[in-house]
Amino acid sequence: MNSFSVIKTITKRELSGYFASPVAYVFIVIFLLLAGFFTFMAGGFFERNEASLLSFFLWHPWLYLFLVPSVGMRLWSEERRSGTMELLLTMPITPWQAIVGKFVASWMFLALALALTFPVWITVSYLGSPDHGVVLTSYLGSLLLAGAYLAISCMTSAMTRNQVVSFILSVVMSLFLILAGWPPVTRLLDQISDNPRLVETVAAFSVMTHFEGFQKGTIDLRDIVFFAAIIGFSLFTTSIIIRSHRAG
Amino acid sequence: MIKVQNLTKSFGPKLAVNGVSFTVERGEVLGFLGPNGAGKSTTMRMITGFIPPSSGSVSVGGHDIVESAIPAKQLIGYLPENAPSYNDMTVHGFLTFTAEIRGLQGMELKKAVHRVVEMCFLEGVLHQSIETLSKGFRHRTCFAQSIIHNPEVLILDEPTDGLDPNQKHEVRTLIRRMGETKAIIFSTHILEEVESVCSRAIIIDRGQVVANGTPSELKMRSELAGAITFKVQGVSAQILKEKASNVQGVRKVLIVKDDPIGSIVRIYPNSKSAAEVLAGALGNMALQEKWGVEELHIEEGRLDEVFRTITLPETVQEGRK
Ligand SMILES: Nc1ncnc2c1ncn2[C@@H]1O[C@H](COP(=O)(O)OP(=O)(O)OP(=O)(O)O)[C@@H](O)[C@H]1O
Ligand SMILES: [Mg+2]
Repeated sequence: MNSFSVIKTITKRELSGYFASPVAYVFIVIFLLLAGFFTFMAGGFFERNEASLLSFFLWHPWLYLFLVPSVGMRLWSEERRSGTMELLLTMPITPWQAIVGKFVASWMFLALALALTFPVWITVSYLGSPDHGVVLTSYLGSLLLAGAYLAISCMTSAMTRNQVVSFILSVVMSLFLILAGWPPVTRLLDQISDNPRLVETVAAFSVMTHFEGFQKGTIDLRDIVFFAAIIGFSLFTTSIIIRSHRAG
Repeated sequence: MIKVQNLTKSFGPKLAVNGVSFTVERGEVLGFLGPNGAGKSTTMRMITGFIPPSSGSVSVGGHDIVESAIPAKQLIGYLPENAPSYNDMTVHGFLTFTAEIRGLQGMELKKAVHRVVEMCFLEGVLHQSIETLSKGFRHRTCFAQSIIHNPEVLILDEPTDGLDPNQKHEVRTLIRRMGETKAIIFSTHILEEVESVCSRAIIIDRGQVVANGTPSELKMRSELAGAITFKVQGVSAQILKEKASNVQGVRKVLIVKDDPIGSIVRIYPNSKSAAEVLAGALGNMALQEKWGVEELHIEEGRLDEVFRTITLPETVQEGRK
């Protein structure tokens, strides 16, 4: 069987697993409620008095910080805990196909949750005339952001059979990626050090820095490469962790 | 079909499997015996490619399990210990998934699922979530998964664990039947299973193969094997013992039961191969003495006895003496 159909089979199984339990629906509802809360309450949507989704996307790095690990934490830890990993990895597939298949499934799930926020877009379009190009690139950026967090969760879930540990590890790592470019932190770094290159270098590792461009409507190849690199690196590390577990 | 050479696995300082070698051909059913923690499951995990060996090699159908993993794995059906399966799926969904990942499609897939559902008696729970199944049904579901692609090689880790007596019987019959055309390895703690199903058995202890042979060869290793059980009416066991001791080729005689209705003694020959000659001599003696012989047969030996003497640590054995 070719690689593509193997990945498709695994993705399909994983996705059906999400919707077999109420967890998926609970997650989507919570995601939408929180997204709404941040946009309209904390984000000052109405105060801005402008037709844009900035206050909606602005909060995504924080919103995902807890929600994405809650989706990703079970990816491999559950597989290890229940012993199905032994079943999966003795099938005629490569570990890499399994990793990609599972990752794609949960990314598609997050994409679905994100797509369900479309009423916000409709509302804004009704109230004024937002720049639809900007909204589209923002959605793309948000999806990449979710993918990066998810790949990190995937990696931490391979480290342990305990989902809680996997969740915490993943939140901590993602938090680091936010803080490196969060204005209060960059300002602090600026004060401590006289070297402006330092702040720049640290901020280059932050998802905040790379998400910014998308929110302004620009698609910069460097930003895409950044997110793709995080995803690639984390998934690669996942495969190494899985191999080392089996090696004992 | 399966060729295992010098297989070794260490977990840190601990040697779980130590230099295990054997081969299994098509048409053979190999039984894996050994105390808890002997390394049976670890060996099977290496054969199926789940964990890489520390050293040594496994080849399945000519494919090395590490070097060309995919073609080797295609030939194998595997039932892991504790029969894991995806709890959030239905039995049907799970079997369809495993068939798909094995490359089956369309009608072929439907037929395969239908076939194993019938073989493993899963019709009644087909659309039930695996989470809500009883242990035995969960076990059968995972077993069904292992044979869905009609593999040439079957590795079964305790396939009858948790099954009711009827199902145990069904699974044994199934293994025996499939063993005519496939190469099968299965582990068990039930020794009768070995006698009724296996064409050959291996006993593993502390990571090493300590015995390898057909069930009757293994039984011959038993202390009891070759002994003659002799039951006679109306003669006291003491007399029986005295007379029997005088027959040529007798090493020792033990009294099993002293009863006027039928005394039983067990007569051990000097060598196991002389058992038949000795049985004839005893028969003649009984004729001369005009005894009513109720029973006269040569013991085959018992696997549990062999298992115990081979796998008990020396210190325990010495303590017994
Ligand atoms: N992942 C692991 N890490 C460390 N030690 C392990 C690991 N897996 C197995 N072992 C050890 O290897 C030894 C052999 O275990 P194995 O599961 O192969 O035994 P077994 O013969 O299948 O026993 P049982 O009859 O109880 O199933 C045991 O001492 C076990 O503790
Ligand atoms: Mg075992």
